[in-house]
Amino acid sequence: MTFVHKFLSTAAALALSAGAALSEPALIFDLGGKFDKSFNEAAFNGAKRWADESGGTFREIELQSEAQREQALRRFAEAGANPIVMTGFAFGNVLGEVAPDYPDTKFAIIDMVVDAPNVRSVVFNEHEGSYLVGMMAAMASTSGTVGFIGGMDIPLIRKFACGYVQGVKAVNPDATVIQNMTGTTPAAWNDPVKGSELTKAQISQGADVVYAAAGGTGVGVLQTAADENILSIGVDSNQNYMHPGKVLTSMMKRVDNAVYEAMKMGENLETGFNVMGVANGGIDYAMDEHNAPLVSDEMKAAVDGAKDQIASGALAVHDYMSDNACPVE
Amino acid sequence: MQKMPAWADAILVPLISLLLAALLSGLVIIGIGEDPIAAFKLMVDGALMRSAGWGYTLYYATNFMFTGLAVAVAFHARMFNIGGEGQAMLGGLGVALACLYVPWPHWSLAILGSCLAAMLFGAAWALIPAWLQAKRGSHIVITTIMFNFIAASLLNYLLVNVLRPQGAMDPATAKFPEPTHLPTFRDMFSTSETILFRGSPANVSFFFAVLACVLVWLLIWRTRLGYDIRAFGHSEPAAQYAGISPVRITVVALLISGALAGLMAVNTTQGEAERLILNSTEGAGFIGIAVALMGRSHPLGVFLAAILFGFLYQGGAELALWTNIPRELIVVIQALVILFTGALDNMVRMPLERLFLSLRREG
Repeated sequence: MTFVHKFLSTAAALALSAGAALSEPALIFDLGGKFDKSFNEAAFNGAKRWADESGGTFREIELQSEAQREQALRRFAEAGANPIVMTGFAFGNVLGEVAPDYPDTKFAIIDMVVDAPNVRSVVFNEHEGSYLVGMMAAMASTSGTVGFIGGMDIPLIRKFACGYVQGVKAVNPDATVIQNMTGTTPAAWNDPVKGSELTKAQISQGADVVYAAAGGTGVGVLQTAADENILSIGVDSNQNYMHPGKVLTSMMKRVDNAVYEAMKMGENLETGFNVMGVANGGIDYAMDEHNAPLVSDEMKAAVDGAKDQIASGALAVHDYMSDNACPVE
Repeated sequence: MQKMPAWADAILVPLISLLLAALLSGLVIIGIGEDPIAAFKLMVDGALMRSAGWGYTLYYATNFMFTGLAVAVAFHARMFNIGGEGQAMLGGLGVALACLYVPWPHWSLAILGSCLAAMLFGAAWALIPAWLQAKRGSHIVITTIMFNFIAASLLNYLLVNVLRPQGAMDPATAKFPEPTHLPTFRDMFSTSETILFRGSPANVSFFFAVLACVLVWLLIWRTRLGYDIRAFGHSEPAAQYAGISPVRITVVALLISGALAGLMAVNTTQGEAERLILNSTEGAGFIGIAVALMGRSHPLGVFLAAILFGFLYQGGAELALWTNIPRELIVVIQALVILFTGALDNMVRMPLERLFLSLRREG
């Protein structure tokens, strides 16, 4: 652990000479923690990829309390870390207050829009990817009933659900979509047991494909779907490998790419509003050797067709968050 | 007969306990391949050598003072109030309602209003367990800890379904209006040339916490009610024989305790977040138990212990920022301090007592 020692001694020196510029990037994880197999972990993987490729190092912190959000931002900014990347909408309020105090530092926030000249706001068109996997779910389903299991009931997750339903209905207008949310608090992001129960309940109502947009809760959904011999759809990272032959596909939200790009641009981080969607590869569905036998050529052709249409703008998927309503149920 | 001089009881015992905890923590840090001296230096530098560090240390200390006093007052009546967490959550609800729905013209009035609301809500949450203890003999430890869960669920329901602004993702209330903003240490102590306490959340409620320490001291040792509480704590039958109503003392002591715990929310909710969030207490209610134990239920002791725990919290945050010591290990270090100063108090006390006795015999 010589690396760690080096880290510590520089840190001690740094505490004394705070303000000495070192332009390492920094990454702040949300309260969910670094290894959640989903959102935060994707961010960490992106940062690690950057570090491996560039040979650079980055600072990171897993938060313990709400008061530390602002503290971590300010301390990293004062120590000269640049850019500072943070994951999660919960940083929105704090960053809005902190960013103007450090005009020379660049910030990147994922899943939230903060309007400041030195902030890059990265948001994802999750509804587009959910539409694509919704189409696949409808084609793979034999019962005509598919399920959706969300994490915490917030507009962002309804956006996933709404895109998914639109995709299902585009293929089979008569299909039934059963929707459940795991909970109303952040604990819903990490409750695989409840995810498993909801999956069983949906199966008993006839669902034979379930889409989990629920962070760590999705682990339980995918597990139960595999145990009960129905198909599931993963989210955020490529989760096909978790149960080969049982996971139809994964809706990939390339948080890792967003973090990787932000760190690669370094101090010259391009600020402003940054949308990652199907058109620029920020959103995609996962294909690999684990799900190849499940996806027919016909299915693939239809989904890729829709993907091209979305990318070209010919097909517009309704975004729930634009008006807090969904045209289809 | 006093076995030890008072100074040894109040200062020497906690100090030796702390030293032992620090030694063991050092061993743990060595165990994961880090340098304990550098880590300790980092904690001191980050928490005590910068004004912003003090700002955080005192911010956390404010919370711990209130919850520590809450536990201490109940201790004097020989009751173990471990519901500080829930009472503080409800206090937060009171603060939020006061700040959101009353048009305060100035912060000085707003803080009085929110203090009152926090005390009322916190005390109300302690009232039911208090009544159950006094009248039905339901054990206070069981009921208060259950009320922590009820408080969390209630707050969850209200924040998600009632108080959350339309379209917001966080289960939290809207931001409080500008006039309720409490002056932070930065606002109070910075001059035009030097900015002190930059970005740190310590605010005027720290002085309320200090005031609360003084008032609790007056209450316990200088009033009739305080005497009743202590008498009841030492022996219930004796107190009853002296004409002290056990029901009244149980209820009143717990109401004061709940009100003090509720006051903590003024610091976190109005002073720091300026909106009510789901997890605004963050375990301070439980840390209060350790603070009261370490402070021997004396307000001065609580004050000092709260500052120590504030230092541990802020120093821990510094470790997380600048080293690769994982956050779980920082909790281990904090737990070791609690273990030695709170739970293993007698381990240090008994040998010391023996030492002092033998010294006295020789002398």
